[in-house]
Amino acid sequence: MEDVLLLAPVELDGALPKGALEALSAARVLAAGGPVQVALLGASVGPAVQALAGLGVAKVLVAEDPALADGRYASDAAAATALAKASGAAVVVAPASSRTSRVAAGVAERIGGRIDTHVAQVSADGGAAVARWYYKQRIEAKLRRKERPWVLLVDPGVAPAARAEGGAAPPVERVAVSIPPPRTEVTGLRAPASGEQTIRPEARLLFVAGAGWTKKQADGKPHPERAEGLIRGFLRASGASLGSSKSLVDQAGEGQKVFAFMSHLNQVGQTGATPRHPKGLATCCHGEEPHVVGWRFIRERRAVNLDPACGWARGKADVLYVADAFAVMERMNALLEAKKGG
Amino acid sequence: MTAGYQIVVLGSVVPDPLQTLEPVATPQGPALKNEAMLPAVLDPWAAHALFEAANLAAKVPGSKVTLVSLGPKAKLQQVMMAVAQKVPLELVALDGPAGGFTDAHEVAVRLAAAVKALPGLDRGRLLLFGGWESASRGAGVTLQLVGERLEIHDQFQGVDQIAVQAGGALEILERVEGGKHQVSVVAGPPAVLGWATGSLPEPKNNPQIGMANMRQVMPALQRAPAAPVGTAGVEFLSVAVPKAQRETRIVKDASPDEIARELVEWISQD
Repeated sequence: MEDVLLLAPVELDGALPKGALEALSAARVLAAGGPVQVALLGASVGPAVQALAGLGVAKVLVAEDPALADGRYASDAAAATALAKASGAAVVVAPASSRTSRVAAGVAERIGGRIDTHVAQVSADGGAAVARWYYKQRIEAKLRRKERPWVLLVDPGVAPAARAEGGAAPPVERVAVSIPPPRTEVTGLRAPASGEQTIRPEARLLFVAGAGWTKKQADGKPHPERAEGLIRGFLRASGASLGSSKSLVDQAGEGQKVFAFMSHLNQVGQTGATPRHPKGLATCCHGEEPHVVGWRFIRERRAVNLDPACGWARGKADVLYVADAFAVMERMNALLEAKKGG
Repeated sequence: MTAGYQIVVLGSVVPDPLQTLEPVATPQGPALKNEAMLPAVLDPWAAHALFEAANLAAKVPGSKVTLVSLGPKAKLQQVMMAVAQKVPLELVALDGPAGGFTDAHEVAVRLAAAVKALPGLDRGRLLLFGGWESASRGAGVTLQLVGERLEIHDQFQGVDQIAVQAGGALEILERVEGGKHQVSVVAGPPAVLGWATGSLPEPKNNPQIGMANMRQVMPALQRAPAAPVGTAGVEFLSVAVPKAQRETRIVKDASPDEIARELVEWISQD
């Protein structure tokens, strides 16, 4: 049995962040019947505190300050450290996000603890243990640590979201935080210059375009404009999220034609993202092991490719269609548009 | 900012991504089968951080790039033969294991000590660069731990862009959820920047840069102090390659119409 703390910066509107309730379930597993406290930090955490009612939380620790509205290392580290220390918890669990990933290691260092990230599974058989990936999702290890406090960043999907089962709202304790004068000002968010958001984490389908879209076609010429139209049309009609192979996004740096709506943010694979969508469709991709890691968490996978021996698709995809992606996509777009219209 | 930046890049070697990796148990903890024989490259994120460092140094006169690397000396030498051709740098090498199963905290202790020992270190000019991920441990924590040990409390992760503003402030773009960037302005050094992949291409090999670098790199490798790092208090309960082989159905003779219909039906299913 361990004293476990769930640590979560709240959203700008004060709500619990996505993933917090999954992380709470993971915290309960690790606590193995012991108490689970929750620590919230943000400019205003009222809605998040309310959302914790009936979830069996022993206590809510709160750090509220206007300086905690945005994710900024110095202020987040100060607040999270104060909350972790106030809790006295042996294990600190946080849902992985850009904000927690920025600051969690620093918090572990400040509280004299250790950290493990990208936690994909938790268990408490014989003591708290976690599973995580090494070598970019190519080797999986299960481990436990002797050192405490132990800070854990848990990935989405680590456990089902905790559900309220009734009961009183947990007691709330405010923790005083000394936030250092800021040297960093967060000035806002910037979306891609193309004006069209093609990364959609909530989409049910990941559509991955490979470098083949910009290569010479059957007539001996490349057709990047047609490819761009087909891909954009598919994204609009299907609502899919767009991923890319490294070779395609790297073309910008090599002076070759590159799609305006695509950047390194779209890249999946060894040096890109490892997104989580229920389904994935790859087109014109020929990568092998480096590309496969980007698909580790895609459950159903299909590919359209001219190469029946494609090293990435065989053994990694459920279905490989040996066909011209231009022709297939054109017809798919027509079918999807007709479906929408009908 | 008149004297330029001291840009310290932390990065080490990883197995070439095209290699098949297989874990083995050793008395020191898990390792890779034939690890010493696997061809190595500079970690892709660290390499990008290095290229960004060189790009920034080229724009700000008086800047200097130092690569601090903890890895097996022989592997570092092999990798530096290629990396040193790319950008002007000074190497500080630490001779120790670079495997993914070593503990980030132990590595951070060694790296922070090496950075603190750099001759003429000036916090007012220091930018600590590295990758926000790695292709080995992949925890994305070593850089923050080193930053904390150096008492640098302006840290950024998933950085895609840095721009020097008038007055010396730095505008930094960090990746956040939903394919967006968080834009921050930090007053100036010291700062920690964990790089994503940005948009800079890999620099072409330049033999003149290579020759100039190797005059310093080889002595740095020769005097690399031993830096043993282990797995700390981690007990590995199991280490395995996931079973990922799927039975792929190959559809060779279907028309684009048939394939499109099948795919649309598949996409539409819950």
